[in-house]
Amino acid sequence: MPTLMKISVRICLALLVVSFLPALTGAQKVETHVGKWTGNADAGKALYFRYCWGCHGFRGDGAGENAPYLNIEPRNFVAATFKCRSTPTGTLPTDQDIFNTIERGLDNSNMPSWVTLTDQNRADLVAFIKTFSPRWLMEKAGDPIKVPPEPKLTVESIQRGQQLFQKLECWKCHGQQGRGDGPSASTLTDNNDQPIRPYNFAAGSRFKCGTTNEDVYKIFNTGLDGTPMPSFADVVKPDEAWDLVHYLRTLQVTHKSPELALWQSTKDGAALIAATKSSGTPTGSGVR
Amino acid sequence: MCQWTPQFSKSRLPYLVTSLLLSLIFLSIVLADSRPAAALPLHAVKLHPIPAFARKYGLPCSACHLGWPMLSPFGQAFKDNGYQLGNDRDAPIYQDPGYWPVTFRITPIWHRESQNLTAVDQGAGEAKVTTDGFDWSGLDFHTGGTLAKNISFYVLPSSDSTGAFHFESVWARLDNLLGSSWINIKLGKFELDNLLSEKRILTLTNVAGVYANYHFQPLISPASIKTSPASPLVAENYVFGIGDNQVGLEWMGHSKDDRTRVSASLLTGNDGNPNFSSNNGAGGQLTGRGYDGFFAASQAFEAGSFGLQRVGGFAYIGQQPTYPQYTVGGAPIDGTAIGNKPFYRAGFIGQWYLKQFDITTMYFRGWDSTYLGSNTPANQPLPTGAQAPAWNGGLFETHFTPNPRLVLINRYELIRMATQVFATNPSNFGNMDVLTFGYRYYPFISSRAGFAFHNEYAIQWQKDASPVTGSNLATSSLLVGFDFAF
Repeated sequence: MPTLMKISVRICLALLVVSFLPALTGAQKVETHVGKWTGNADAGKALYFRYCWGCHGFRGDGAGENAPYLNIEPRNFVAATFKCRSTPTGTLPTDQDIFNTIERGLDNSNMPSWVTLTDQNRADLVAFIKTFSPRWLMEKAGDPIKVPPEPKLTVESIQRGQQLFQKLECWKCHGQQGRGDGPSASTLTDNNDQPIRPYNFAAGSRFKCGTTNEDVYKIFNTGLDGTPMPSFADVVKPDEAWDLVHYLRTLQVTHKSPELALWQSTKDGAALIAATKSSGTPTGSGVR
Repeated sequence: MCQWTPQFSKSRLPYLVTSLLLSLIFLSIVLADSRPAAALPLHAVKLHPIPAFARKYGLPCSACHLGWPMLSPFGQAFKDNGYQLGNDRDAPIYQDPGYWPVTFRITPIWHRESQNLTAVDQGAGEAKVTTDGFDWSGLDFHTGGTLAKNISFYVLPSSDSTGAFHFESVWARLDNLLGSSWINIKLGKFELDNLLSEKRILTLTNVAGVYANYHFQPLISPASIKTSPASPLVAENYVFGIGDNQVGLEWMGHSKDDRTRVSASLLTGNDGNPNFSSNNGAGGQLTGRGYDGFFAASQAFEAGSFGLQRVGGFAYIGQQPTYPQYTVGGAPIDGTAIGNKPFYRAGFIGQWYLKQFDITTMYFRGWDSTYLGSNTPANQPLPTGAQAPAWNGGLFETHFTPNPRLVLINRYELIRMATQVFATNPSNFGNMDVLTFGYRYYPFISSRAGFAFHNEYAIQWQKDASPVTGSNLATSSLLVGFDFAF
């Protein structure tokens, strides 16, 4: 057989193996442990092909039949890059992180909350999702970052957070009023070169990766991998991070919070909130 | 469109071949046995699978339906939340302007209908009548979704197979009022919040296209005890089905995860017909000013690896007028009849999920006042010996769903009279049994359209209920069809 033909055959065989890799890995007995739940990949497969494949695709590559119509592309499980993690940037998330994402859903995307599934179902899905990428075989999940206790909320803490917002140049993407309309906003793309919009604090929607102050703390300490949102873990001290959390809450002017109430009670804060608030929208998206 | 996983693709061919073979066997058997006869009535079947929602959210139909049109727990939660996923993509402003939330559904079929004793002019007045042929169902024209976030709607013009339309559903709903999933208010004509939904029933035949328990009303007297000349079977004048859509106001509340659901409805007591009338405005049944109430509650719980299980109860407490207050030209004026007398329907339902099996069990109880049971106006004395009829019912339905593309169906319903309206009636007079088998095969699962190859056989037995001689009645229906929604 001519050498060129041999090479071609080998390349074809290699491609064939690669293309079936997810299916092969799917046959593995992958288990996950989330709390008291042990997830099983085989059980998760049946669930995946009932609920998830339309967006995430047969091979978990985010190329489901609906993917072309979604303006935030579905997660590519083969790449194993996840936005919502408790682990440092660049590392794999914990099973609990994926479990939480499935339960919570992702606002400002088409990913709904699957809270109606059982905990066992979600644990099974986590196990199956992990069969799509060889990364899970070669790497361990990162160690969750430590979140220190939240200090007492004060006006000074909010003001320090306001200064950090300027210093870290958060406004470049999120805008001075947190509307997601900073000067860089229109140029941002994600890892797939798809345009991506910074979070609009004023719209009142939930944060993508959770609702609590602790979740917000984690977001800018872990970053949102695959997006322009970096991790600030190396440049922000824990106390400063909490200051920033307190300030960011005040930008959510349609979302009642202790931070907003406290900020509203100050002259400067009240003026900023009044400037940020807007009238209602036909979307009913929380703006009142 | 016909894509599936590599794992499932391997098994698609055997399913398809098996389905086709089964159908051919069914067809050859029944065609050999059947004889031409007078056409039997074909009921319009009203079902609700809605690819418009799948298109809107990009989810496959299998996300919301265990096998469409039957809802999965996720689909039920989506419906309870006002056809919203709660992910900030619910308001129509987020949809492509070309998106139109509409779905058509129709089912071309071949079916065979048979009844052992049908009223005829020939011979002794009753004969076995069997007929078969190609046909089609009515057309459902579903449109629904959200008008804005937390304001949902549903409009369903529905036709019978001749194309005569009526409104099966017309409602708008204020969802999650005060930010609470416990406050949802719906106004219009809608399906009662039945845990076992007749609008999402998996069976299509004339016999099993509705739940017998949901529509059963006791017979008054068997033809066989009538003296000469023979009288036809006597049934109650008023018509009510808890499976019918009703018109009124509903409050519904549910927990965030939809494990707990409660609802209460205030309804106009005319079985969901317009203009205070009955029978879609065609009259025929007295309608008054009374209001009915419907209440339902259910609780789901997790049972280890089996998943969610759900138990619940429901009660419909109604009243029906028994004589007209005003007439014109001898005909009652709609909505003015008086002499209301009560009735109720109540029951308990369990939905049990055991891996690829799901089992539904129901206990049903019905009761009519003596006046309704004996067709006696409230301003006249009751017939001697008349008493309030009551009955008990049961349902056992199993589905086996090896994968989202195939569901095997089996159902058994029984109804047993507890109290006959006349003690002189045989105690088992009117008792009913219904047995159904079938399967639905979905060649593809998509967010764009739905297609099911449907095959079903159902038979119903009712004691002493033949129309002339009062003999045991057996009615069967066989159906093969392409059920599609787009």
